[in-house]
Amino acid sequence: MTDQPQQHQQEQGQEERIGVYVCHCGTNIAGVIDVGSVRDFAGEGLKGRGVVLSRDYTFMCSTTGQELIQKDIAEHGLTRVVVAACSPHLHEGTFRTACDRAGLNPYLCELASIREHVAWVHTDHDAATTKAKAIVSGAIERARHSVPLEAIHVPVDAATLVVGGGIAGLQAALEIADAGHEVYLVEREPSVGGHMAQFDKTFPTLDCAACILTPKMAAAGSHPHLHLHTWSEVEKVEGFVGNFTVTVRRKPRYVLEDVCTGCGICIEKCPVVVVDDAYEAGIGYRKAIYMPFPQAVPKLPVLDPDTCTYYLKGKGSCRACEKFCPTEPNSIDFNQTEQRINLRVGNIVLATGFDLFDARRIPQYGYGRLPNVFTNLELERMCNASGPTGGAITLRDGRTAPKSVGIIHCVGSRDRNYNNYCSAICCMQSLKLAHLVRERTGAEVHNFYIDLRTAFKDYDEFYQRVLDEGVHFVRGKVAEVSEVPRGPDEAEGKLYVQVEDTLIGMQRRIPVDMVVLSAGIEPRHDAKQVGQTFGIACSANGWFIEKHAKLDPISTMTEGVFLAGCAQGPKDIPASVSQGAAAAARVLMRIRQGELALEPVRASIDAERCSGCRICNALCPFNAISYDAAGGVSAINSALCQGCGTCVAACPAGAIAGSGFSNEQVLAQIEGLLLTNLEPAEALT
Amino acid sequence: MKMLFYPGCSMQRTARPYLDSLMAIRETIGLELEEVADWNCCGATEYMSVHRVPALALVGRNLAIASRQAEGTDTLTAGCSACYLNLAKTDQQMREDPRLAAKVNDALHAGGLSYAAGSLKVRHLLDVVCNDVGYEAVQAKVVRPLHGLRLAPYYGCQVVRPDPDSRWDDREHPTAMDRLLRALGADVVDYPLKTQCCGGHMTVIGPDVAYGLIRRLVHGAATAGADAIVTLCPMCQLNLDAYQIEMNKHYGTSYAIPVLYFTQLMGLAFGKAPAELGIGKEFVPAAPALSRISDRPPAAEAAKKKRRPRAADGLPMPRMG
Repeated sequence: MTDQPQQHQQEQGQEERIGVYVCHCGTNIAGVIDVGSVRDFAGEGLKGRGVVLSRDYTFMCSTTGQELIQKDIAEHGLTRVVVAACSPHLHEGTFRTACDRAGLNPYLCELASIREHVAWVHTDHDAATTKAKAIVSGAIERARHSVPLEAIHVPVDAATLVVGGGIAGLQAALEIADAGHEVYLVEREPSVGGHMAQFDKTFPTLDCAACILTPKMAAAGSHPHLHLHTWSEVEKVEGFVGNFTVTVRRKPRYVLEDVCTGCGICIEKCPVVVVDDAYEAGIGYRKAIYMPFPQAVPKLPVLDPDTCTYYLKGKGSCRACEKFCPTEPNSIDFNQTEQRINLRVGNIVLATGFDLFDARRIPQYGYGRLPNVFTNLELERMCNASGPTGGAITLRDGRTAPKSVGIIHCVGSRDRNYNNYCSAICCMQSLKLAHLVRERTGAEVHNFYIDLRTAFKDYDEFYQRVLDEGVHFVRGKVAEVSEVPRGPDEAEGKLYVQVEDTLIGMQRRIPVDMVVLSAGIEPRHDAKQVGQTFGIACSANGWFIEKHAKLDPISTMTEGVFLAGCAQGPKDIPASVSQGAAAAARVLMRIRQGELALEPVRASIDAERCSGCRICNALCPFNAISYDAAGGVSAINSALCQGCGTCVAACPAGAIAGSGFSNEQVLAQIEGLLLTNLEPAEALT
Repeated sequence: MKMLFYPGCSMQRTARPYLDSLMAIRETIGLELEEVADWNCCGATEYMSVHRVPALALVGRNLAIASRQAEGTDTLTAGCSACYLNLAKTDQQMREDPRLAAKVNDALHAGGLSYAAGSLKVRHLLDVVCNDVGYEAVQAKVVRPLHGLRLAPYYGCQVVRPDPDSRWDDREHPTAMDRLLRALGADVVDYPLKTQCCGGHMTVIGPDVAYGLIRRLVHGAATAGADAIVTLCPMCQLNLDAYQIEMNKHYGTSYAIPVLYFTQLMGLAFGKAPAELGIGKEFVPAAPALSRISDRPPAAEAAKKKRRPRAADGLPMPRMG
């Protein structure tokens, strides 16, 4: 930005005609702040600063309030509008649109936050009124230096990237593809399906997880507009909303995807059997070449070089898979290497899911040490007909059915030593597992809980049902699970659950054959890194941060990146599906618009003053600044820039200006806040 | 490695073998221990909850003398769990509550003493051996590895809890002593009771309760196949060793698991004579257990032949570590 227009601006500032509107927001503001006094302060005290009229009104955001502004612009020739109301996050758009309708450039409208910054945080009415006046004064001074801005328009590429092929990602991908747009679904594992594919039944209706999931998986595998990239990870994201370029790393399967028929002979012939830590949760086995589960999509095996004899013992050994492969040409390709592909997309949906809390972190519960302590996921696999026991619930010996089972809730959740949040799904999952254990083994089941959280449709009814089935509920946090009897009266060979039963006010030691730990859910171990790749942040607990906790849990602060499923926070299947569908609707809206209007609040570099030090390049959280080696200066891609202002503050030469946040505006606002614009200064009190 | 040393009453009487064995091995592991001059009783476990400020002042006197004496070290170590906890707790409470610290110092002034909270680092002896001396240095001094000896590591309750300075890997299942004993060549059994209560002074106040707790600990060690229980606390040693006989009478059982200090086992592995380490003074004789120490390492588990898992193997266990 050159000096000339600013000078012009300052001169003009003297002649501005400013209208000030003080909102009551019912009693939200008027209950704490004397709005009449603020109105008069602006109308009379700041006449010399260009204020030509000052009004107050009960609800400025109402149609009447907006019409008031529009009428004044027309009748009084206002050149600036200052609305003292709520945070700009809420109604900046409302008032700017009102100004636009009346022919005033929307960026000449300024909001003074006297609700969030004053009324809601103070109890002293006089002091609050004084502070509100200062904030209004700052906004007026700032408005005097505002310049008309035009929204930035960018085209939207109709293709979409969905990251994560669990139920949330599948839902989003299918809805967008069904609307006729191209979708790239990138999944880290060899098959789509996610955690839901591991489960047996789903609460509260107990329908089979595979029965309701596999149609979606199959649809994703055969959809003409849906392009699956399984066994792949997103490595790099460049560009901006509407125009992302995504680099996807495709890990080698060592199987030719377009030749392999998925017949499974290679798997059958592979002599290597290893524990399957991924799909079977460590409780079952797989081969070195394997398909994670029978319904896998795509129906292709993947070879694990870390356990395959060919890779461990050198060329010439084994090669059974290759020998027995019936396809022509042979589908096994030991020389396959990883590949990188570039995708161009307009929008991104992140549905990267969760990791299970590692129950080994609570040694007093004995997981990993005591054979008959299991996790909820292990029991899910055991219940599953395609699981390691064919659906039988057994002790670790794989044969004996338990006669008594203890299910411990909140393992790693709602516990300040581990995660302080509620994992949201474990209560219902524990109830479901209690039901399945009773149904299949007739065992006595004790559920140890802190609180039972069975909100949402038909959930509490399910709890009632499980109660009626004779499952015991003990309210109390389990101190330990021990195999050592306390005294001669306690039998050997049992697991003792030591718990304070808070409903009867007693310590109890309940002997059981099997303990199930309802391990909570955690953000993916690499969520932070993934967040950086996509330019979004994680909360203190590690979940991806949504744009607004209540009103926009779908978007992120990075335009064009949306969230679905547990990546955003713990949630169950219905909620994940809803969020996946909501993210798809957002993306479809964007595609339908064809073009996006972006906030013109952007930084720009004055090439004359830029020394080419490149400090700003690395600081930009949106990768919007690049260095032009030929010119020896940095330049900002205004479509990538989100107007955060980091570079503006960091530039040692003061060469970067932020539109909407120029130095003049900010300094004038500070002067306004300090009331140096008043004469005499005491006029405020 | 120089540090101040607070022996405490137990180590000079009932836990004499603890002190003797420590003195026998200190040079081998390069510990230069300077006894706190004219130290007094730490107040044991009870006094702190009876009269707080006088109790803190009682401990404060030891801290004050030690800090005055400190030269070339700011570490104060104690072998007794109760002594260690009282010293650490007093220092911590004085650090966190300056008004309390002033009260304690008021009392100390009467004797011409004062203690600046935080000026000493209070450490348990096991912490010093494991973390300062280190497992590798200990292992390097082993001349007679404890091959074939199966040990149950027993930490008791006071050293790992509340652990104000986070010195242990886990408060419920610490593994520092496990590693130390392995460095001596011994087998360490899985002993989930390792931080359970030994009964403390309940042996005197309510013996039946204490017998129950002692039985559980001894029974647990026996079930795990341990030849001996290894402790780091005079109280634990006394309860499990001396009262094991009483407990046997109470329950009509015949457990005979010796209870030794980790320093005694270090001494054995360093080639010291049992008598020098106070071995032989225990109520449950350790000799039968110690006779199991073999010259040769246990036959390296016949290189497990990898074979495909069978249904009879049951379900795989979760992987640890």
